Amino acid sequence: MAEDLLRIVNLCKGFGAVQACNNLSLEIRAGELHAIIGPNGAGKTTLINLVSGDLLPDTGHIYLGDQEISQLPLHRRAHLGLARSYQITSVFPQLTVEENLLLAIQAHCGHSFRFWKSSNTDSQLRGELLPAIEQVGLTERAGIRAGNLSHGEKKQLEVGMALACKPRLLLLDEPMAGMGPGGTVELRKLITKLKQQMTILLVEHDVDAIFALADRITVLVYGEVVATGTPEEIRSNPAVREAYLGEEVQTC
Amino acid sequence: MFRRLTRKTYVLSAGALLLLLLPSIMQLVDEPYLISLFSRILIYALAAVSLDLILGYGGMVSLGHAAFFGIGAYVVSIFSYHSFDGSPLLTWPLTLQGQENALLTWPAAMLTSAVLAAFIGALSLRTSGMHFIMITLAFAQMLYFFFVSLEAYGGDDGLSLMSRNTLAGLDLTNDTTFYYLCLTLLCTFLIIAYRLVHSRFGMVIRGSRDNAKRMQSLGFPIYRYKLVCFIIAGAAAGLAGALIANQTEYVSPGLMHWTRSGIILIMVLLGGTGTLFGPVLGAAAFLLLEEVLAIYTAHWMVYMGPFLILVVLFARHGLYGIIVGREKDNG
Repeated sequence: MAEDLLRIVNLCKGFGAVQACNNLSLEIRAGELHAIIGPNGAGKTTLINLVSGDLLPDTGHIYLGDQEISQLPLHRRAHLGLARSYQITSVFPQLTVEENLLLAIQAHCGHSFRFWKSSNTDSQLRGELLPAIEQVGLTERAGIRAGNLSHGEKKQLEVGMALACKPRLLLLDEPMAGMGPGGTVELRKLITKLKQQMTILLVEHDVDAIFALADRITVLVYGEVVATGTPEEIRSNPAVREAYLGEEVQTC
Repeated sequence: MFRRLTRKTYVLSAGALLLLLLPSIMQLVDEPYLISLFSRILIYALAAVSLDLILGYGGMVSLGHAAFFGIGAYVVSIFSYHSFDGSPLLTWPLTLQGQENALLTWPAAMLTSAVLAAFIGALSLRTSGMHFIMITLAFAQMLYFFFVSLEAYGGDDGLSLMSRNTLAGLDLTNDTTFYYLCLTLLCTFLIIAYRLVHSRFGMVIRGSRDNAKRMQSLGFPIYRYKLVCFIIAGAAAGLAGALIANQTEYVSPGLMHWTRSGIILIMVLLGGTGTLFGPVLGAAAFLLLEEVLAIYTAHWMVYMGPFLILVVLFARHGLYGIIVGREKDNG
């Protein structure tokens, strides 16, 4: 049995009257691709934000390996090996694709109080740029401003930036949302490849993709875990069918 | 900076040549008193470039930049005042005498502005957007009123310098010499700023402007980088203040009034935010327009206002963007 890379214990987070995360406990095993599904408003993105550090929990604990991280600021968690992509694409629109990726690489090459040498010609950074840019298939777009990319390309860039951080745990928040069929196929290929290299926590609406990619699936409803298991177990779980698959799949 | 012969190369070369030859041209057309106007332009250009470093590259819209400008000016003037008075500036915790030497007072002005920027920045950078604007404005106004009520150094009336500072072997009372000194300091800062915005540090600053949240989730503790950038800009504004005190041989609290911060901000907007040479152009355009319009009317702001609105509306990257076109991006 693989050990747990991420342990979430009794996590709670409320927004006013809405309990987006209600006494939630979950373990992510090292090396697995763990998918989170659930109807709209189930608290999937909140969970990702709590793990990444974009939000702080009201109560509860999050452990990465042995270390408690639930109160650490974003940038500290990044250095412990967490990287994420955002549901609403989050890149640097005024910088080029190349500069976006260079920044992601730079984040993990020591401090940035280096005032004189140009970062664009920095061999330490550039050495990692080529594989990073190839990995997400944006080689030909390197000089374009990120703000001028298509939606799908921005998503690719965003995943590329998360990967450039060489994370132990990659958090993907609806990487396929709003993508055309071509882009989805590309991204599925990429995620399949990444599965071999790192642990991934994936939130996604595309149920086909989830059942094809995930090692284990957790179903969330109203901030609570309804079920956790392999895709087969989830598919045959009556509570899940009622809460999620039964109605949502048809309306999607 | 100049790998190919492009429009920008021509514009910058022509600009540099013009600035180098200006004193001679002024002698030729027999208007030597204009040299001091151009010194003033260079000094304000230095302040404007330093503001653009935090505003255009760092996305920190400060409406209190004149505080650092004014403090720099006051440090130089207070040293000079005590030098003529013969009285010590400080007796505790250390004895500090008046000082005329620019090699000591100007760095002292920069250091004081930097310390002040560290303090103001440390507090105001915890906010952003509109709150940041208001907090920087409030700090600058506090300093303004502090100096208004500081009777020992002239209070409301300001403080006159008996003479300009001395600088090893240079005669700063000579306007042409002073002009070239200002030009040298401006160019030095432009080179430093150019290296800075393209360095790793500069990328962190520009990334924080574009998307602060993303920077943090990539692993950058952006607060400390923005603070250091704020301090660098404050120190440069302090140097500009030291220069303006020498140029006018007079300082008053008006130097740090919020309208002065506004004028420096207008220079940046006029010239082009997020560029290095734009603010230089903006400072020149603003002060020259002011000079020319003031000949015809005391209400020159009536004409300046619409001009500014037109530039901001129709040229998003200011005058510099109009002149050099798409190459404005790299400085």
